[in-house]
Amino acid sequence: MTIYNRRNVLKAGAAFAGASAIGFPAIVSAQTDAIKIGHLTPLTGFLGALGAYAQLGIRMAEEEINKSGGVLGRPLAITSEDSVNPATAATKAQRMLDQDGVAFLMGEINSASALTIMQVAARNKKFFMQIGARSDALRGKNCNRYTFHVDIPSAVMVNAVGKALVRDNMMKGKKFYTLTADYLFGHDLASSAKRFFAANGGNLVGDELVATDVNDFSPYLLKIRQAKPDVVCSNLAGNQVTNLIKQYSEFGLPFPIVGFNLNTADAWAAGEGNLSGTWPTVWYHTLEVPSSKTFVDNFTKKYGKPPENHAWIEYISLKMMAQAINETKSTDTEKLIAYFEKETQFDILKARKAYFRPWDHQLMQEAYPFTVKAKGQAKDKWDFLSLGGAVPGANESLEVLAMTKEQNPCTL
Amino acid sequence: MFLLEQVVNGLVLGGYYLLIALGLSLIFSVGGVVNLAHGAFYALGAYVSLEITERLGFGPAMVLSPIAVALLGILFEKYILRRFYNADPILSLLVTFGLAMIAEQLIRIIWGAAPLSATMPAALKGPVIIGDFLFSRYRLVLLAVVAFVLLGIWLLLHKTAFGRVVRAGIQKPDMVAALGIRLQPYMTAVVMLGVGMAAMGGAFFAPITIVHPAMGAEIITVAFVVVVIGGLGSFWGVVLAALLVGVVRGVTIHFMPAAGEASIYMLMFLVLLFRPRGLLGERIEKFE
Repeated sequence: MTIYNRRNVLKAGAAFAGASAIGFPAIVSAQTDAIKIGHLTPLTGFLGALGAYAQLGIRMAEEEINKSGGVLGRPLAITSEDSVNPATAATKAQRMLDQDGVAFLMGEINSASALTIMQVAARNKKFFMQIGARSDALRGKNCNRYTFHVDIPSAVMVNAVGKALVRDNMMKGKKFYTLTADYLFGHDLASSAKRFFAANGGNLVGDELVATDVNDFSPYLLKIRQAKPDVVCSNLAGNQVTNLIKQYSEFGLPFPIVGFNLNTADAWAAGEGNLSGTWPTVWYHTLEVPSSKTFVDNFTKKYGKPPENHAWIEYISLKMMAQAINETKSTDTEKLIAYFEKETQFDILKARKAYFRPWDHQLMQEAYPFTVKAKGQAKDKWDFLSLGGAVPGANESLEVLAMTKEQNPCTL
Repeated sequence: MFLLEQVVNGLVLGGYYLLIALGLSLIFSVGGVVNLAHGAFYALGAYVSLEITERLGFGPAMVLSPIAVALLGILFEKYILRRFYNADPILSLLVTFGLAMIAEQLIRIIWGAAPLSATMPAALKGPVIIGDFLFSRYRLVLLAVVAFVLLGIWLLLHKTAFGRVVRAGIQKPDMVAALGIRLQPYMTAVVMLGVGMAAMGGAFFAPITIVHPAMGAEIITVAFVVVVIGGLGSFWGVVLAALLVGVVRGVTIHFMPAAGEASIYMLMFLVLLFRPRGLLGERIEKFE
């Protein structure tokens, strides 16, 4: 009996191997009419949780688009992989272009990895929609004409929260103590913050660099306690923000804490009762916009939990790409660039439409400061954040929070 | 004065490293196996404690989660680790490394990639101010638990027949065999203990940070550093190393925050340079 089984297994194995050897080219040719897209996002490490949401978002958009007949009558086929680290991200991007024959690249959350993929895109003259990395440098001194940036950059987040602090009398003459993530994005956030403090009368009394693998903040908290600042400010990213706010609440330091970067998944992970202060966000699932609510309902039905901002941004990014391919009737790099550069308006499930600024390729869109609801007001474990009004205000230009042409060193 | 506060805080953190490193050291000393899957049990301890907290509350979770994972440790020893005691060490490294990766993916499949949050009981949350020093109440409780566990392990190793066989097994396994004692069941018990302690570390640390699939991979490096610094086969070596690592990290962060995480590796480098056997490492024949 056992021998018989083993034979069967062997036979099945051989058949499978044979079939895949013969079948492989067939699969490829059957797929040639699909529009292939290379997608990279961190699935491990301190940004891994955000990357998981990113994948859910882009998969949902892919499914919706393919269900309604695809783009130009062709289905989209997304290859999505863990970008791991900047070096691996670049290698994988190059492989996707060379071997998988993808038409263009999308994705990323880690600013350092986004930078290396941008270089691959420029070298190969291929289009890269950089979705989730927020460093100013990517849109600034490192910008290139093959890359478009969807998420809000450091400067916008600092301005969004900073303005709320000015309004609440928490800026002028106040002593700030910042904790900064020791990599490209953190440094970027810190320099935006310093600019804002200098322009608005805030005093920076301490700024500590934090390696991205730190998960115990107790030594930093003791240092902060000795410095006695008026406001503590986080320039961290990913799950480090969660760890900081949890431990801040554990040690019960009396100074108010705010931050210039927070993704909602990281806020949710901190749990109600640990988070306080004012933070920026690019989108939140309670946003009162009908199209946004439909998206949230569909997502929640599909995955059993509300979408995080990275799920939203990947979803609208693929929709923007689909719109661009449909209207240019092409996946040609130059045609896509031209389409996005002419300030085409996109519905991104917010009250106002968004457009890419042609001279630095950043998406101009609304952002929101948020605070934390009073205890007992949250409807569920995802609902404890209270969204502030959109910035810029309805009567202002969408560009007022972004760096001006004089401030931003980008030349395409 | 401020420095002293960092030193004391470092000791508290060192106590937590100790929970994970002591088991790693014991398993290596007795079985000659570097258990790279140790971190996976730490992560499991955290996840299981979340599940139990939800159903039975915080207290039972801290007790039941390490026990549940320790039972899993028995299976791990019996069906996997046992085959590799006398094999080429590279094989056990590969097997436990592979197992760590499988465990991480399993966790991702079962509990999802998004980090989960464990909450501290309100009674244990908040600061305790003693003189000029600020402590987290929760961490003081954790320190007491670690001290208690440590005492238990020390008594077990030094005051019981069980401990005598284990210690003899570390030094002279052949002699133990010649005396007609099978080391196998003792090894099962050692793995169970070690893995249970790692799980306890995970369960207790869960409310301080976040619970995520890669947490095991994060802790295994530090635990390994502690074991190397402390020296093999020495109970007090591991204790000393864990506390030292905690203190060095805290003090470095005080003076040079950016170098905080690098400092423990510098410490290991120095120890290996001047005392390759580790601070209190004993000469163990089978590893020479």
